[in-house]
Amino acid sequence: MTLLEVDGLRAGYGLVEVLFGIHLEVDVGELVVVLGANGSGKTTTLRAISGMIPASGEVRLDGRNVLGRRPDQLLAAGIAHVPQGRGTIASLSVEDNLRVGAWARKDQEVQADLGMWLDAFPRLGKRRDQLAGSMSGGEQQMLAIARAFMSRPRLLLLDEPSLGLAPLVTREVFNRLRDVTAGSDTAVLLVEQNANLALEFAARAYVLEAGLIVVSGAAGDLQGDEAIQKAYLGL
Amino acid sequence: MTDFLQVLVVGIGNGAVYAMLGLGLVVIYRSTGLLNFAQGEMSMFSTFLVWTLWSVLGVPIVLAVLGGMVGGFLIGALLHKVAVAPLGDPHLRPLSVVIVTIGLFLALNSAAQLIWGTVDKPFDPWLNAGQVTIGGVAIAWQKISAVVVLAVMVLLFWLLFQKTKLGLAMRAVASNSESAGLCGVPVARMLMVGWGLAAAVGTVAGVFTAPGAALGSNLMQLTLIFGFAAITLGGFDSLAGAVVGGFVVGVLSSVVPQYVSGFEKMPLAPAFILILAILLFRPEGLFGKKQVQRV
Repeated sequence: MTLLEVDGLRAGYGLVEVLFGIHLEVDVGELVVVLGANGSGKTTTLRAISGMIPASGEVRLDGRNVLGRRPDQLLAAGIAHVPQGRGTIASLSVEDNLRVGAWARKDQEVQADLGMWLDAFPRLGKRRDQLAGSMSGGEQQMLAIARAFMSRPRLLLLDEPSLGLAPLVTREVFNRLRDVTAGSDTAVLLVEQNANLALEFAARAYVLEAGLIVVSGAAGDLQGDEAIQKAYLGL
Repeated sequence: MTDFLQVLVVGIGNGAVYAMLGLGLVVIYRSTGLLNFAQGEMSMFSTFLVWTLWSVLGVPIVLAVLGGMVGGFLIGALLHKVAVAPLGDPHLRPLSVVIVTIGLFLALNSAAQLIWGTVDKPFDPWLNAGQVTIGGVAIAWQKISAVVVLAVMVLLFWLLFQKTKLGLAMRAVASNSESAGLCGVPVARMLMVGWGLAAAVGTVAGVFTAPGAALGSNLMQLTLIFGFAAITLGGFDSLAGAVVGGFVVGVLSSVVPQYVSGFEKMPLAPAFILILAILLFRPEGLFGKKQVQRV
């Protein structure tokens, strides 16, 4: 079942256009990756979908166009965004960061979810009262992901989680991400430069080049296609 | 000795008022990273609301102050909505926001003159409150209540910021507004609440300032300078710093002109010297966080 459809999405910064009408889809519970070189428009894609920058075209969630809404409104609709550079709130503790993640929720299960996510990310459980800004990059990335899950999203937009992390730490983050999304309805739209690693974890992939989708397909097919790897992924 | 204690008591009482105004400045600084030059005039304006309720309409003083705080809150929130929020992210356009707060300073001052006239109003709810004398030192009830009210306000602020969901969101916006927005916090509304709170606190500061100064449109201009000195000393982003800074500035401004020759006719000088010295030697203040910017 389709959760997100992006149709003819155009966006940019001021007079500089970055996206020239891209199309992509994410199904319920699916992990999809957008690959591409620096400057191809990966981050801009996520920022346009989550309402952080003005954009035109259509972004449909469950078939309804949600383009033009503010980030906090989109979060209420089920789209959580972990921005590039993680976006943890440095001067708040781990626990407070997670509570902010659940800010828009009105139900009574926030406390239970808090315990659940601290268990799911044991490194965070040990640092519950520590200020987010004093933690390592890998821990902050996990905090950012756990915080996004505290909103009970239906779609998680995840911007380059490997940025600035050692390869082993990156792999741990991806393993955790797979563990917590396996069997859940939460879909993940991931943007990543580390193509090999991302293709290993994703179900499908899109390749973005200069603001246009140039290749799309099952992750396994892209992994096996030497021509695509050479032309677009620099592998 | 008694004389000195007397001067000290006056300083502490004044300091409590500077601390109140400082709290308002800190609340806005924490959310926008900027000093609100209109803080004093916001206080003055809502103090006139209190005066109108109490002196013209005959409302009991405690209710009049509460009414003034509600009015101040609404005015502060409205000013943010119509004059500050449209500028967008204050971190991107700091100068525009500073200029707007200076504009608000002038606008509120003129509006108060238009509404309430240019003749100062007598405003002394403590006129017959009297004083207590301890060991030969007379302490006016007004000063005592200023300290008590300040303590209550600090407690309420602490509860708000540390124990409530609203306070959590306001701290999140202060630290990283973009991320807070992505977490579902309505950033603009939180900033609006911050401006409202700053104005509400300012109302109380104004009510405690008025009896010594008579109520006019320039009521808070000196107090604002002391308030700036207080938060410069305490640290622009620290509520505790505003309180400590307020008392230090209050005491200094009361003791120095009395005992240091040359300062008799310059009651403002100690505050200015303090601002300069702090900015030169410890710009983050006593309790403020050092700004670290990662590239």
